[in-house]
Amino acid sequence: MKFVDEYRDPAAARLAVAEITALASRLAKPGQPVKFMEVCGGHTHTIYKHGIENVLPPTVELIHGPGCPVCVIPMGRVDDAIAVAKKPGVIFTSFGDMMRVPGGSGNLLEAKAQGADVRMVYSPLDALRIAEANPDREVVFFAVGFETTAPSTAVTVLKARERGVTNFSVYCNHVTIVPPLKAILESPDLRLDGFIGPGHVSTVIGNRPYRFVPGTYGKPLVTAGFEPLDILQSIVMLLRQLTEGRCEVENQYTRAVSDGGNPKALEILAQVFELRPHFEWRGLGFISQSALKLSPEFAAFDAEIRFDVPGVRVADPKACQCGEVLKGVIKPWECKVFGTACTPETPIGTCMVSSEGACAAYYNYGRLTKIPVKSA
Amino acid sequence: MTGVDDPGRTVGVGDAEFVNPEVISPEALAISEADSDGGAAESNREEAVMERIERWRRHRPRLKDELINSAHGAGGKASAALVDAVFVEAFRNETLETMADGAVLGLPSGERIAFSTDSYVVKPRRFPGGSIGHLAIHGTVNDLSMMGAAPSWISAAFIIEDGFSIAELRGIVADMADAAREAGVIVVTGDTKVVDRGACDGVYITTAGVGLIPPGVNLDARHIRPGDKVLVSGRIGDHGVAVLIARGDLALEAPIESDTAPLNELVEHLLAAAPGTRFLRDATRGGVATVCNEMARDAEVGVTLHEATLPVRNMVNGACEILGIDPLYVANEGKLVAVVPAEEANAALAAMQAHRLGVDAAIIGDITPEPPGIVVLRTALGGSRIVDMLVGDPLPRIC
Repeated sequence: MKFVDEYRDPAAARLAVAEITALASRLAKPGQPVKFMEVCGGHTHTIYKHGIENVLPPTVELIHGPGCPVCVIPMGRVDDAIAVAKKPGVIFTSFGDMMRVPGGSGNLLEAKAQGADVRMVYSPLDALRIAEANPDREVVFFAVGFETTAPSTAVTVLKARERGVTNFSVYCNHVTIVPPLKAILESPDLRLDGFIGPGHVSTVIGNRPYRFVPGTYGKPLVTAGFEPLDILQSIVMLLRQLTEGRCEVENQYTRAVSDGGNPKALEILAQVFELRPHFEWRGLGFISQSALKLSPEFAAFDAEIRFDVPGVRVADPKACQCGEVLKGVIKPWECKVFGTACTPETPIGTCMVSSEGACAAYYNYGRLTKIPVKSA
Repeated sequence: MTGVDDPGRTVGVGDAEFVNPEVISPEALAISEADSDGGAAESNREEAVMERIERWRRHRPRLKDELINSAHGAGGKASAALVDAVFVEAFRNETLETMADGAVLGLPSGERIAFSTDSYVVKPRRFPGGSIGHLAIHGTVNDLSMMGAAPSWISAAFIIEDGFSIAELRGIVADMADAAREAGVIVVTGDTKVVDRGACDGVYITTAGVGLIPPGVNLDARHIRPGDKVLVSGRIGDHGVAVLIARGDLALEAPIESDTAPLNELVEHLLAAAPGTRFLRDATRGGVATVCNEMARDAEVGVTLHEATLPVRNMVNGACEILGIDPLYVANEGKLVAVVPAEEANAALAAMQAHRLGVDAAIIGDITPEPPGIVVLRTALGGSRIVDMLVGDPLPRIC
């Protein structure tokens, strides 16, 4: 596949791994590998899908961060979504991987089986199209995601207003990447040597917003693309910074990310959304100014205003340790319910739902090297 | 490892060790905290967790849902739980319990026949490369072929929605007639029902088929042995991607055609060239990954697939990349997975490649003794990962 195979070339990967091994051997102490966190769930997915963890030397360890938009949605917000979906006359639209995320009482797929009109869409514009085709129904879009997907929601809201669509609204759960990054850096139990910065988010916000990571917290960050060689190269770049005594924001994903981001996308984000004073993150708790809601100018499209949303806060199940997993404090398998009570088909925590979630990725792809093999 | 390869536990109804997830207590599952420090202890603890998970995976899936949802029809674990808890439970008999593509039945004459049935509800009814009519014949012909049978007689039942176009019905039935002619089978009996508007979506078709199994042919996953080779008869994922694109809600366009085709002749050639063939399965719903998982489970062997050898059309790969789907899980309607002894692998490959439906056939993997029940993919990059059973419908990722 053109423009994909180039970034998966095994020979180039071997060269990168050799350099990683050489650099890391100068940095790692016995029993203490160099630890990098990949912030973005897309990176986690790539790492597992291509088996990158088992081509890396034991001197480098990857910690899977909080950048999976599905994984950070708290249960109460899912319950609210289900409550809206069950209202008479509502067509509730959602991205596929949100459909299985458990709330306090079931998920959207179950709500659908119980009679709610829940439809999977691939883009918010599909939801708007459904609204235009069903003028007698209320169509709600379950907006989820970081700055990556927020612009497409914003464009859809602008289009809805422009076309005078009045039966369309957005249940907004968009979040922003910098506040949770800060929350992780502030965490006292954190032991990280650097960050693989999120690629997709950075195509929108640019590389500039990450300067506080080396500036205030003294950790290098390299924004990376999503192919295996992108990940390997970003690890090389982080290790080079550490061996050369540098600490800065670097850009590996130059084919898509610029320093200033995408000004057009940032402009419509500012036009359509405003920051919420605080927002609850699954496992991370409330983080101030970490999420978006529709600005007053677009209140007519805000499902939380249009519908009576219960807004009940549901505490995470006691057994679930998603929070520690998201912060990289424990590895997925260290969670007490991992792989037994909590599996991809009956997830307790959100990390097990999306294929980008650290637990699901580890469960689906990563158990391999750890499965005890009987000697022949 | 304890308990994992004890066959008594793999299907243990009421097994005392089975912990119901609903009443699970974290303490019951937690590994002793005492051995939580130190590197060696940590890796032991991780191994213990993995063992626990493997034990867990092998317990038969439980049906906990009260209502049917789409996952129950997707061919993954939820489907297995439904079939097990509802149908096998009620109809229980030895033949059904083999859970093969169809049943093998002995006649008083000593001959054996294969008997299989399937329903077709595909949307859209017509897609590039075929229609629901082609699928209805090919699906049943292929199910019989995978048991080594020579398909001969087909039944067809139609559930039709009030108001459905007779011209469209004629077209679908003409496709069935064409497909039957090509496969060398005849439709010998049928049924028609018309239901109220809205009670079904256009037309649903159910076919069943019967065919004789030649003497000496005995295909069964339990015959698979470590050292055997895994083959696929051509490029994978065409049908699923063609249908997904034909639905039109992806805003994707690509000239990808369904691979729907009757595999009986290909199987005939394959069995002639590789008479030691252990097992055949058409990689329909759930794709090659699901077939491999089922055979790994039933034969209690490991399956190692080599990513670099998987035949996938560039366009199918591209569409899957965009949608975040793995072509290994995408449905095919004219591809089979074959397991043959290593010494017959090249003959099997050559026989398939010589047939027009097997031109792109490839050897894609090996049967290994370890780890039993697990499908492993060696990635082109040199890494490896597990290819697990599908959970529910494959849901496209957000970003």
